[in-house]
Amino acid sequence: MTLSQTQPQSLEFDCETGNYHTFCPISCVAWLYQKIEDSFFLVIGTKTCGYFLQNAMGVMIFAEPRYAMAELEEGDISAQLNDYNELKRLCEQIKRDRNPSVIVWIGTCTTEIIKMDLEGLAPKLEAEIGIPIVVARANGLDYAFTQGEDTVLAAMAQRCPSKVETEQEKEERNAIQKLLSFGRQKEEIATEVSEYVDHPPLVLFGSLPDPVVTQLTLELKKQGIQVSGWLPAKRYTELPVIEEGYYVCGVNPFLSRTATTLMRRRKCKLIGAPFPIGPDGTRAWVEKICSVFGIEPKGLEEREQQIWASLEDYIQILRGKSVFFMGDNLLEISLARFLIRCGMTCPEVGIPYMDKRYQAAELAMLEQTCHEMGVPLPKIIEKPDNYNQIQRIYELQPDLVITGMAHANPLEARGINTKWSVEFTFAQIHGFANARDILELATRPLRRNQNLNELGWEKLVKEEARI
Amino acid sequence: MKLAYWMYAGPAHIGTLRIASSFKNVHAIMHAPLGDDYFNVMRSMLERERDFTPVTASIVDRNVLARGSQEKVVDNIVRKDHEEHPDLIVLTPTCTSSILQEDLQNFVERAQLEAQSDVLLADVNHYRVNELQAADRTLQQIVQFYIEKARKKGDLATEKTETPSVNIIGISTLGFHHNHDRTELTRLMADLGITVNAIIPDGASVHELKNLPRAWFNLVPYRELGRMTADYLTQEFGMPCVDIAPMGVVETARCIRAMQKILNDQGATVDYESFIHDQTLYVSQATWFSRSIDCQNLTGKKAVVFGDNTHAAALTKILAREMGIHVVLAGTYCKYDADWFREQVSEYCDSVLISDDNAEIGDAIARLEPAAIFGTQMERHVGKRLDIPCGVIAAPIHIQNFPIGYKPFMGYEGTNQIADLVYNSFTLGMEDHLLEIFGGHDTKEVITKTMTADSDLAWSKDGLEELNRIPGFVRGKVKRNTEKFARERGIGQITAEVLYAAKEAVGA
Repeated sequence: MTLSQTQPQSLEFDCETGNYHTFCPISCVAWLYQKIEDSFFLVIGTKTCGYFLQNAMGVMIFAEPRYAMAELEEGDISAQLNDYNELKRLCEQIKRDRNPSVIVWIGTCTTEIIKMDLEGLAPKLEAEIGIPIVVARANGLDYAFTQGEDTVLAAMAQRCPSKVETEQEKEERNAIQKLLSFGRQKEEIATEVSEYVDHPPLVLFGSLPDPVVTQLTLELKKQGIQVSGWLPAKRYTELPVIEEGYYVCGVNPFLSRTATTLMRRRKCKLIGAPFPIGPDGTRAWVEKICSVFGIEPKGLEEREQQIWASLEDYIQILRGKSVFFMGDNLLEISLARFLIRCGMTCPEVGIPYMDKRYQAAELAMLEQTCHEMGVPLPKIIEKPDNYNQIQRIYELQPDLVITGMAHANPLEARGINTKWSVEFTFAQIHGFANARDILELATRPLRRNQNLNELGWEKLVKEEARI
Repeated sequence: MKLAYWMYAGPAHIGTLRIASSFKNVHAIMHAPLGDDYFNVMRSMLERERDFTPVTASIVDRNVLARGSQEKVVDNIVRKDHEEHPDLIVLTPTCTSSILQEDLQNFVERAQLEAQSDVLLADVNHYRVNELQAADRTLQQIVQFYIEKARKKGDLATEKTETPSVNIIGISTLGFHHNHDRTELTRLMADLGITVNAIIPDGASVHELKNLPRAWFNLVPYRELGRMTADYLTQEFGMPCVDIAPMGVVETARCIRAMQKILNDQGATVDYESFIHDQTLYVSQATWFSRSIDCQNLTGKKAVVFGDNTHAAALTKILAREMGIHVVLAGTYCKYDADWFREQVSEYCDSVLISDDNAEIGDAIARLEPAAIFGTQMERHVGKRLDIPCGVIAAPIHIQNFPIGYKPFMGYEGTNQIADLVYNSFTLGMEDHLLEIFGGHDTKEVITKTMTADSDLAWSKDGLEELNRIPGFVRGKVKRNTEKFARERGIGQITAEVLYAAKEAVGA
């Protein structure tokens, strides 16, 4: 594509049939049980759910995970068995075997269809067995893949304490602060607090690996911004205090329900920023938070430039190439924006669900990035149709397709470079320091195939007779 | 409700999809919510399939919940018919559609009016059958459908082939080493002078199904998949069936003798005895292996076997009968077919375990402390935890159980592969044990990760002794820390004292 082509002035949105491949949202237990160390996730569903989880999570299954299926049998479906008694029996067993601080019930398609009143049963059972029970309806009828985390965090947001009783408890909850002080003396921390600018409390939401939490928290600390808490925390018992008037900001693009819950139910103020994915996104994210608190950001531009300079070897591989997102995990807009900034073109961004309000700043940044880089705006396809997309991929012959595992091998066999989209969900991609990891992923198929292509074996299927 | 961490057999629709996607040009449409098409990932990943898996979903979402599927399923069937021109579309119910109780049969009939392809509703109930039973049933259903269709059209081929021929029934996608068994069985048939009339469902076209009655008999190599089809063909056409899995030297011979009898009953004059003799003694190395000194060392060693009916039964017999290994426990997760399993293995093992609860199996293994386990991927992990070697012999399996090299479990080459698997599991176990007793291959080298000595520091005898007492997995780290400590302080010789001083210095 050349610059002389006429460019549309604003993003174009379309919605297809929703016949696309993605992970079931219950897969969120895979990373959430690891993140929230004292939790136990009970997925109330059928063999289908269990089969998906055990296959999708692979080796994690064998590491005595803190998750299990409450497998529904025919008697449960036809209500010959009493839901409450059955769940009580199972939860008591979990309490006995694992003694978690919270049990998260994941409602599935089946509990929706038979209308099992999990939200109603939970408080009763909670009182009886003495363990908090959080209910999240992460089912395939309503949600896709990463949205599962959104439903869990939205439910957790309701459980965040609203006031701290004593000073001592406050200290216990302040896990992040402790994490950053690395065992220094108390007085030292006290003096350090003054390094922060005086601003209203800020709570960040989104589950990230602990090293990334540390990195982003430190990034804000450089600007004098103190992170009062993080939803979720390392332990359920460390959920952050959220009071009316607190500021909240999301770190992932799929957290719109959590954002809504924090705004409406907990009366927080949402900072709508692009997401800290890529050095451009991270800078914009920090700047937006700074601007809300009236802080003049320091040294961000240089920092971003440094990161870009260090990425040059990878960017050389990507520059001028095209990328096609089939769409399955809602990170697509942010990744597309970053890759366009890296010099790629992007004809299509598929996405399961597009919350234009929650992602407003990210969408604006995507648009701006396209204008600045002089490339056409991508078409954003909500609820894509994989069959149609594959026809478009054949036509466009993009240099890279970011897609699910169901299509990756067949596309590779047809000479089209692919990157498995799920890896972006599990890799560390947030903040300045992890931009390299995104590009490591994005360039891997290109680097690998560069070597192999010299052998002249790009197409490994016999030419199909196209009817 | 059942608390479950792991399951052995998948849900029913997986079985149906395995059959549908094994056939050529058959498309399956699942009536399922978003995310239930995980089958495509498994096929694409595990089998490293080059083609798109011919399975799509007719998505059940909120709207469907509120108003029913209405035109959606019919539209999706008709659309797929236009796009892909399959011979057959199989509408596949899931757990979700089981409870929605929509009239899927009606959708099939309506879609059939518009679609060029045949349309079938898989007759499986999620809450009654598992993956294996569903696969068995779906294969029978498809075969019956095309036999009846041919009969109606009058082009059913019932005349037997001139020379002896066979249908091999039950080879399917995502089956444990099925593709290698397929090749081995085809070779075996060629060696026996038996023409392969058809192999179903793997790679078969539905148009071939009308020729099934032409074969002299059916061979069902796997207990779990194909028996219903073979029974149906026996009922309709009086076709005899051999359902002995040719796995292991003795069972392969038994299978060949059963085929010989069936062929001779139908007027052929075949005598396979000399073939069996030659193969057993000279082609398969397993018989000689059993006699060799190596195998002598395995005598009386304890083993636990667990898996599906076919593989667990066959392995139990091989271990006990052909290698003199003491099978303390043989088990299967095919609860629905438990009687058959008991009958097959009871004389070859101390006890039989019928269960699909992984914890029960893990506990049994821990209690019995066998020298080796032969089981599924799950038993492999139990073995890892308990430090017992494990050979994987049955599904559920991982990508490493879809080897690209030739590794059949059936026929005479299969006996070689199994002998290797068994022997390697045990020797590794023995080696491990010896290492434990003598504290390593070479106590001087075992403390470093590299093969050559890279240290400029001398370790005194007592220092080394102390070091060797430290558990293996942290030994390297302790060694490095100690040497660093010694270097920093200019200590030339590392004694036990230095080692402990270093330990204190790092506060460990």
